[in-house]
Amino acid sequence: MDFGFTEEQELLRATARKFLENECPSPTVRKLMDTPEGTTPEFWAKLAEQGWLGLIFPEVYGGVGLGVVDLVVLMEEMGRVVMPGPYLSTVLLGGLALLEAGSEAQKKQWLPKIAAGETRATLALTEPNARWDAQGVTATAAATGGGAFTLSGTKLFVPDAHVADLLVVAARTGPGAVGAAAGSEDGVSLFLVPRRAPGLEVTLLPTMDQTRKLCEVKLAGVRVPADALLGVAGQGWRPLRRVLERATVALCAEMCGGAQRVLEMTTEYAKIRIAFGKPIGAYQGVKHKAADMLVEVENAKSITYYTAWAVDENAPDATLAVSMAKACVSDAYRRVAGAGIQLHGGIGFTWEHDLHLYFKRAKSSEFTFGDATHHRERVAQLINL
Amino acid sequence: MELTPTPEQRSFRDEVRAWLRGNMPREWTARLAASSDVPRAEAYDLLRDWQRRLHAAGFIGLTWPREYGGRGLTFMEEMILAEEMALAKAPPVLNILGIGMAGPTIIAYGTEEQKKRYLPKILSADEIWCQGYSEPNAGSDLASLQTRAVRDGREYVVDGQKVWTSLAHTSDWMMLLARTDPDAPRHKGITYFLLDMHLPGVTVKPLRQITGDAEFNEVFFDGVRVHDSQVLGGVNNGWAVGMTTLMYERLALGFGLQMRLRIALDGLIEMARRAEKAGHAVTKDPVLRQKIAQLWIDTECLKYTGARAITRLLKGEMPGPEASTGKMGWVETHQRLQELAMEIQGPYAQLVKGSDWAVEDGLWQHAFLRSRANSIEGGTTEIQKNIIGERVLGLPKG
Repeated sequence: MDFGFTEEQELLRATARKFLENECPSPTVRKLMDTPEGTTPEFWAKLAEQGWLGLIFPEVYGGVGLGVVDLVVLMEEMGRVVMPGPYLSTVLLGGLALLEAGSEAQKKQWLPKIAAGETRATLALTEPNARWDAQGVTATAAATGGGAFTLSGTKLFVPDAHVADLLVVAARTGPGAVGAAAGSEDGVSLFLVPRRAPGLEVTLLPTMDQTRKLCEVKLAGVRVPADALLGVAGQGWRPLRRVLERATVALCAEMCGGAQRVLEMTTEYAKIRIAFGKPIGAYQGVKHKAADMLVEVENAKSITYYTAWAVDENAPDATLAVSMAKACVSDAYRRVAGAGIQLHGGIGFTWEHDLHLYFKRAKSSEFTFGDATHHRERVAQLINL
Repeated sequence: MELTPTPEQRSFRDEVRAWLRGNMPREWTARLAASSDVPRAEAYDLLRDWQRRLHAAGFIGLTWPREYGGRGLTFMEEMILAEEMALAKAPPVLNILGIGMAGPTIIAYGTEEQKKRYLPKILSADEIWCQGYSEPNAGSDLASLQTRAVRDGREYVVDGQKVWTSLAHTSDWMMLLARTDPDAPRHKGITYFLLDMHLPGVTVKPLRQITGDAEFNEVFFDGVRVHDSQVLGGVNNGWAVGMTTLMYERLALGFGLQMRLRIALDGLIEMARRAEKAGHAVTKDPVLRQKIAQLWIDTECLKYTGARAITRLLKGEMPGPEASTGKMGWVETHQRLQELAMEIQGPYAQLVKGSDWAVEDGLWQHAFLRSRANSIEGGTTEIQKNIIGERVLGLPKG
């Protein structure tokens, strides 16, 4: 049993840290988050050049063929700088959905393009009901003969749909009645839809976390041909669950990286900020809060690392681990980011200081893929409570 | 990262599991239907016998060198053992301060003679140990301790008092910190003694705790004569030696405690299944489900944080930040677990052992009250936070 990272993984971490410190420092983050795209073609091309857009795709699809533990290392570094842009949506949602559910032809057609930075994708799953389970999928896909479908409904909180070339849309093909407890996972199908398809309307939403772009996607009778279907009709939830599990671990790692950075910023500040003749870090009111932050960060990392391994290995408790991790890390990042602002005092409340970027990222991440309450309930179910 | 056990680790796990299956004391299993902890005083003989049998089977002192009765294994096997013991709801180890603290410190600092003299009897539970650190005026501020040891020929004469000394009333030996040079700076004039509790001049007065038990004590020293062969790690070097003990306490001993959280948590879930609140099963109450799930998550997190610390130890690296958080994390989680046990019981939480209406014979009430000491003993939570703030985060001293 070895909880450590390999030399290659440590090298990936060092490379990523250096790259992101150079290419994505705070002024760049602020410039990018102010644009609707959240990234630039140049920056995106550099991510492709590093191999990160295909990090976990098999080599036959133009990827690097690494695993979730490697991904976790990279995501921690991205979280450290609050990297904006459609990485999570393109690689871990759209890309993984293609990988998990797509036919050989679909994978061969799209994954190399995603890895090369030529195509961006996302997943249109959630709706105004804001649920992360299969029951939340109410958009419909009506068969119109010859294998074609017409998609109707509204998708909400769709990340980066406005810059995606492709949307993987979850919709109901089968009878799996809405709200029916049994069988509601049946009947969910996945479709590959170009953003420019007639009847598909994307609206960028103003969000608290400007580094994470969210959209409304209206499907007003979008007609898709037979080869738009990803996987088997009505059987889309199972691959989707695997996508969400991996994306959730990746997000947890990104959150750990952010929380770690907040702890560092706060500790550095507590050493130099003088009050009543002493650095504030000498006062137990500050020191103890910083210690609490460290405990939160370390526990968050422990469960995230374990989960990454469990998901990579398809361990029997992988699903449980994912929910434990998301519950733990959601609370940890929110509390650490909040404590970071508190310990910085007034300066931490300014737009000028970077803390709010982390605080807001903690908040948006909290609700992505289900918040702590949602995942605690899932834990309760999975331990047969 | 490779969390699959090696074939050797798997076979060790199988060995432990098989042994536990055939050797769990029936009396304990019956008592522990509740899965919470049994007051140690009530099970003293059983626990001594249990440790002896564990020892005979080779499961005590796994990480100790073979020549002193250990098995020369690593913390990984220690972790596997702790986990299996927790899953089997096995009784705890009686001579825990000897195994977890005195022994490792003697291995680190003792002379060959001392190692041969003390270590085997710690393992076999023939000699029970207690820890003489805290005094009425030296708790968290340990370096201000005033118990004195004055040299007289080949002996030291000890005068003074210790307090909150767990198990002193049943102990044969004490890890004693006493001041040998009153003129030196406070950390420099302290010596670590291995003190025979049966020497003339040692008086133990039990203190009644909030549980009603007398598990800890005041210990008075009145002209106690200790031979200089019982100094551990050199005269006036007691601070360094004593800190080693504490490091082991927080690391190895803390790790076992974290594993044992699982016993209490399983017990709590069993209790919750049988309990009702406002007409429905507690396990169907959405708020209580959240709280129980959170405890489950925290218990797992602590386990993996411990495993990360052990990984570094095994690679010969210095323990990282994750190592220092274990004790604190355990305390917080365990106290919250015990509070939740009371919440689940509702008004029945008020009833203790002796009432037919008490839930599970009042064991939870005892465990709940006992848990209040967790954030004080072995370094208060406040001191732990100072240590993390100063040594791990590098914040200035106050």
